Amino acid sequence: MSTKQDKISFKKDAFSKNASTMPKFEDHGNQTQKNTTCYMCACRCGIKVTLENNKIRYIQGEPTHPVNKGVLCAKGNAGIMKQISPARLRQPMMRKPGAERGTSEFVPISWDDALDMLTDRLKKIRETDPKKLAFFTGRDQMQALTGFWAQQFGTINWAAHGGFCSVNMAAAGLYTTGFSFWEFGDPDWDKTKYFMLWGVAEDHASNPMKMGINKLKERGGKFVAINPVRTGYQAVADEWIPIKPGTDAMLALSLVHVLLKNELFDWEFLVRYTNAHYLVVDTPREKGDGLFYRNKKGIPQSWDLDKNKLVNATDAKIKPALLGKYKAPDGTPLKTVFTIMTERYMSDEYIPENASKICGVPAEQIEKIALELAHVAFKESIEVETEWTDWTGRKHDKFIGRPVSMHAMRGISAHSNGFQACRAIHFLQVLLGSVDCPGGHLAKPPYPKHVAPAIKPGKNIVPGQPLESLPLGFPSEPEDLAIDDEGNPLRIDKAYSWEAPIANHGLMHMAITNAVAGDPYEIDTMIFFMANMAWNSTMNTSKIRELLCSKKEDGEYKIPFLVVCDAFDSETVGYADLVIPDTTYLERYDTISVLDRPISEPHAICDSIRAPILEPDRDVRPWQTVLVELASRLKFPEFTTKEGNRKFKDYKDFIINYERQPGIGFLAGWRGENGENSLVGKPNPNQWEKYIENKCFFEYELADNQKYFRGANKDYLEFAKKSGFINSTDPIIIELYSEKLQKFKLAGMGLYDGPQPKKERDQFRLSRFFDPIPEYYIPLEHRCTFSKAYPFYAITQRPMFMYHSWDSQNAWLRQLQAHNYMHMNKEKGEELGIRDLSWVWVESNTGKIKVQVKLMEGCQEDTLWTWNAIGKQKGKWGLSEDANESTKGFLMNHLINEHLPCADTGNPVTNSDPITGQAAWYDLKVNIYPAGDDEQFGVYPNFKADAKLPGSAESPDVLRYNTKKPVRLSRSIFDILTKGGFEK
Amino acid sequence: MRLRLVVDLDKCVGCNACAIACKQWNTSGTSGSLTDYRPYGPDPSGVFFNRIRHYETGLYPESKTVHFPMSCMHCEEAACVTVCPTGASYKREEDGIVLVDPEKCMGCNYCAWACPYGARELDREEGIMKKCTLCVDRIYDENLPEDERKPACVMTCPTTARYFGDFDDPFSDVSIASKKREGQELFPELGYKPVNQYLSPRNKVQINQHQVNEPKQVKKVKDWVNKVVEL
Repeated sequence: MSTKQDKISFKKDAFSKNASTMPKFEDHGNQTQKNTTCYMCACRCGIKVTLENNKIRYIQGEPTHPVNKGVLCAKGNAGIMKQISPARLRQPMMRKPGAERGTSEFVPISWDDALDMLTDRLKKIRETDPKKLAFFTGRDQMQALTGFWAQQFGTINWAAHGGFCSVNMAAAGLYTTGFSFWEFGDPDWDKTKYFMLWGVAEDHASNPMKMGINKLKERGGKFVAINPVRTGYQAVADEWIPIKPGTDAMLALSLVHVLLKNELFDWEFLVRYTNAHYLVVDTPREKGDGLFYRNKKGIPQSWDLDKNKLVNATDAKIKPALLGKYKAPDGTPLKTVFTIMTERYMSDEYIPENASKICGVPAEQIEKIALELAHVAFKESIEVETEWTDWTGRKHDKFIGRPVSMHAMRGISAHSNGFQACRAIHFLQVLLGSVDCPGGHLAKPPYPKHVAPAIKPGKNIVPGQPLESLPLGFPSEPEDLAIDDEGNPLRIDKAYSWEAPIANHGLMHMAITNAVAGDPYEIDTMIFFMANMAWNSTMNTSKIRELLCSKKEDGEYKIPFLVVCDAFDSETVGYADLVIPDTTYLERYDTISVLDRPISEPHAICDSIRAPILEPDRDVRPWQTVLVELASRLKFPEFTTKEGNRKFKDYKDFIINYERQPGIGFLAGWRGENGENSLVGKPNPNQWEKYIENKCFFEYELADNQKYFRGANKDYLEFAKKSGFINSTDPIIIELYSEKLQKFKLAGMGLYDGPQPKKERDQFRLSRFFDPIPEYYIPLEHRCTFSKAYPFYAITQRPMFMYHSWDSQNAWLRQLQAHNYMHMNKEKGEELGIRDLSWVWVESNTGKIKVQVKLMEGCQEDTLWTWNAIGKQKGKWGLSEDANESTKGFLMNHLINEHLPCADTGNPVTNSDPITGQAAWYDLKVNIYPAGDDEQFGVYPNFKADAKLPGSAESPDVLRYNTKKPVRLSRSIFDILTKGGFEK
Repeated sequence: MRLRLVVDLDKCVGCNACAIACKQWNTSGTSGSLTDYRPYGPDPSGVFFNRIRHYETGLYPESKTVHFPMSCMHCEEAACVTVCPTGASYKREEDGIVLVDPEKCMGCNYCAWACPYGARELDREEGIMKKCTLCVDRIYDENLPEDERKPACVMTCPTTARYFGDFDDPFSDVSIASKKREGQELFPELGYKPVNQYLSPRNKVQINQHQVNEPKQVKKVKDWVNKVVEL
C-alpha cells in the first residue's frame, strides 16, 4: 500500500525532471506583486496583482482571502482590459459654452477650476436650501462615506442604487430576521444539505455562490432552482422549477401551507426566537386592531400556559401559548400571531392546487418539495457540539441545525410584491427553524441587528447645518416618514412618503422624473456618481434622455446643474455640465467598511481596503478624495476643527482618524496607537500600512460559542454590543408578525393615532399592501395591464461575465457577448410564427422595441427575457459606431415606465413596490410579433453618436496586449528528425 | 507523464472564468500576445485557447442546459501533429503536451482543419497557429508557489469544475476524479485518443419526503394542542 510520502515524491520527481529542461519563461526578478480588492463587480474579492514593466502581468485570486479563497471570475480576470480601456475619462471637463446638454460637447478644465466651480455652487445651496442638492450614487462601495457627506451637507436627497437593485431583499430581511440575503447573510455552505435558489439570475454573489455550489455538490446535497429561465446556476440544479415571474410569494406560502397542515414546523424555534406567541388585538375595523396587546409599560403580552394568565412576552422562563384566542382582563379579544398565520396560510387560497394555477408549478411538485424540506430539516438535522448560553442564561451543550438553506435575489426583489415575497421566503426558513443555525441561513456580522435597525431617516433640513441623522434609515411607524405637515414628500425621490414608506434605499429611479417635474419641488444641482441614469440604470430610457435636456420657459434647464462623476465615458457623461473624472479601482485607496456593506463571512468580521497598484496616467482623482476636499472647503462640522481649520489632510487621513463613536471608525483592523486592537480602539496612524502588509484585508473570527443563534446568544450579543454593532444585549426577536407594517395599514384605514394619508390612492395602497404577515398579491403593473394585449412577462438578467461590471465594455468580455437577443420558449415562438433569429417587435404600454429573437427550451412559456445592459449608445464606452452593442444590442428599459400605467393622470405613482419603493423592473408585460420583411435588420430605437470627448484615446483596431517579449519554447531539430509527425 | 485536464460538467455554470483567465495569463506568456481583432468594433474576436459552448438537451420543461468548456485535448493520436508539414506541431514525449513551435509554424491551417475539437487558433497578426499549452510556462515554474503550478484555468475556476494532473500518477487529482466519476473522452469514436476527460452531469439527488399521516387533511387549528416550551 502506498503512503502519503510516496504520493508526494512521485509527483515532485516527475515535475522537477521536466522543469529542469525548461527555459526561464517568467522573469520573476523583474516582477512585483501587490494585493488589493477587486472592483469588477460587487463581490469584493481579494486579488494579487503581478506587475512587470509597469504593466499588469496577471491578476489572480488571493488564496488567503475570506471572500474568494483564491478563485476569480471572468470579470476579475479581465481587469487588465478595464485598466487600458479607451473609454477612461482623462481630465475634468465642462459643457462647451453654447453647446446643448446631451451632446458630449465638452471643453477640458483644470481641477482647480472644477473644484472652485463646484464649491461655489454647493456653498450657495448649503447656505440657502440644502435639499436643492440631490446626490445619487450608483453601485458605489463607500455609501458610509457618501451618505455621511450628504448628512454633513444637510441634504435629505441622497441615496445609492439600492432602490432599483435589491432593497426588497434587504428590507424584508431587516424587518423580519434582522439580517438578509447576500451581504448580510449566507447559506451555511459547509453544512447545508438542501439548497433552494430563488430568482437568482446569473450572479449576485459571484464567486461565493459558485464556491458554495461546489461544496454542496461535493457533499451530495440537493439543489433546487426556482427561475423562469434555465441558464447559469439553474443549469446545474437537480431540480429546475420554471415559475411564472412575480408569483414566488404564492409558491413560498403554499410550501408554508403544506408544512402547517402536516404540523411540520419547529415549535421550539418559534417560541424561543420569534414573536409567534405574541398576542395581537383582534378588533377588526377599530383603532388598535392588529397591534400587540401591551401592558402599561408597553411590553407585548403572551398567554402563559402554566399560569393561565397574561405575562410579558419578552420575559425569560415564561411558557407561552403559541396558539389560541384569549381575552385580556379588560375584555379585549386577543389571538396569537401564530393563530393569525395558521388562519391565513391553511386557507384554501394557499393549497397547492390553487398555487399551481398562479405559479405554473404542478401541485404535486409543491407538495413534494415541502415534504423534502421537512425531511431534511427534521430527520437529517445536525448537531454542533459546543457549549453556549442563550439570552436567558440557559446553557446548551450543542447547536441544533436544520440543514436547509436558501438564497434569493433580483427575481424576487424586482417585483412590486417583492418585499412580501421575500418575507414569505423568510417565513419558510423560520418555520423550518433554519435561521442562523448550523446548515441553515447564517447572518454575517455586524448583522443580525434588532428589527428594524435603530437609525431613523433624517428629515430636519436647516440651511448651513448637517441633517440630524443619515438621510436613509428604517422607519418603524408613520411618525418616522419624511413628509411635511400636509403629508407631502420631503425628498425629491419621494422615499419615506406615503408612496413608498419603507424606502430604505431611496428611489433613485424617480429622481430625474421628479426633479424635472418640480414634484415635490425644483432642485438646483444633481450629482450622479457611477450611475448610468441616461441608459441602463433608468426606466423609460428614451423619455429620461429627453427629460435631462428639458428646459424651462426662460431657457434654463429644469435640472439646472448636472455633475457626473465616473471613470469611463458612459451614456450619462454626455449629459453632464461638469464631468469629474474618477480613477480605476487599481489606482486608488478605498475602504470596504463594517460601517457600510461589509465583506464579512458568517463566522468572521471582515473588512478590506484597496491600495493603488498603478499610478494614473491621466489627470484624474479618486471621487472619495474629491469628497473629502469638498467637505473641507465647505467646512462640514465633522471635517473642521474647533478653530475652523481643515481637520483631515486627505481621504487616507480621514479614514484613519474619523471616529463615529469613540474607538469605532471606518476600518476595524489594527486599531489602537500601535495596531494592537481589533474592532474597537484608538486611531492608528499606520493602519493603512498594516492592511497592506496583510494583503489588504482584516478578518476576526468569532469564538465557537458565538457562531449560531446569534439573535439569542448571550456571548454573541455582548460581543456585538461591545463592538458597536448593536445598541443593546436584548434578544433580537424574529418578527414574523410586523406590527410596524400594521401601523401603516391602520394609517391607511384611518385608524391610526398619528399621521395618516389624505389621498385616497395612498389610503388604498397602505390598507391593501401593508399586511403584517406576508401574502401573495398580483404585481401592480399586472393589475392594470390588459393581459390580452400584453400576454407575456418580460424580464432581464446579466450574464455571469458581466454582472455588476458596469464600468467599461471590456475588450475581452465583449468577445463573449457583444449583443443580446430576446429569448423565448421555442414551442411558444413557433406557435406564434416567430422564427429563430428573426426580428420582432416587442411592445408594452410604454413603448416598443425592434430586436432579434432567439428560441430556446429552458424558458417558461409566458416569459420573454434578455441579457441586460449589453446594448450601448453609438460611440460610447470607447466603442466604434458600428459596434454590435449599438447595431444589434438593445435595452428592455425603453418598455418600462417609471410610473404605473393605471395611475390617474396628473397624479402619477411610481412603478415600484408600494412598501419599499423598489423599482419593479420585472413587472413588465409585453406583446411580441414578427417584424416585416423589410425590417429584418437593426434595432429600434437607435440613438445617434455624441461628439468625441476632448483628448479621448483612440480605440485600436488590433490589440496585442503583453508585458514582455515572450520566451518561446522550441522543438529541437533532433526531435523533428527522429519523430516527425506520428506517421514518421 | 500524461498531463491532462478533467472538466466536471456537473459543476460548470458557464461563467467563463477559465476562458478569460487563460486569455489573461497567456497573452503575456510563452504564446503571447493573443491578438484581439476589432476589440472595440463590430464582431470583435480574438485568440482564445479555451472556449465555452452552451447548449440545451431535451424538451421544456425537462430540458437541461449544458455548459461545455473546450480546449486542446492533447490527443495521444494527435491529427494536428500528423498533418503538420513543417514539424512545428509536436507532442512532447515527457508529458504529452501538444505544442506548436512558433519558429517553425508557417500558419498553413492544416492542423486547424485536422482538429475535430476546434482547439487551434490562428494568430493572423503573427501568421502562426497557437493553442492551449496546459500553461507549460506555469506548471514547471519552480519560482511559483507549489499550489500555483497549475494551468490558469484550473486555478481560477470558482466551482472547482476543472482538475489538472498527471494521469500516470494514480494519486493525482485527475486520476482520482476520473476513477470516481467515470471520466469520459469526447468523440472517442474518432480515434484520436483525447487525453482530457469530462465528468458527466450526475443523476439528480434524491431526497426522502417527510412521512405524513394519511389522509393528508388540512388540520383545523382547534385540533392542535399547545406544547409547553419554556422561553
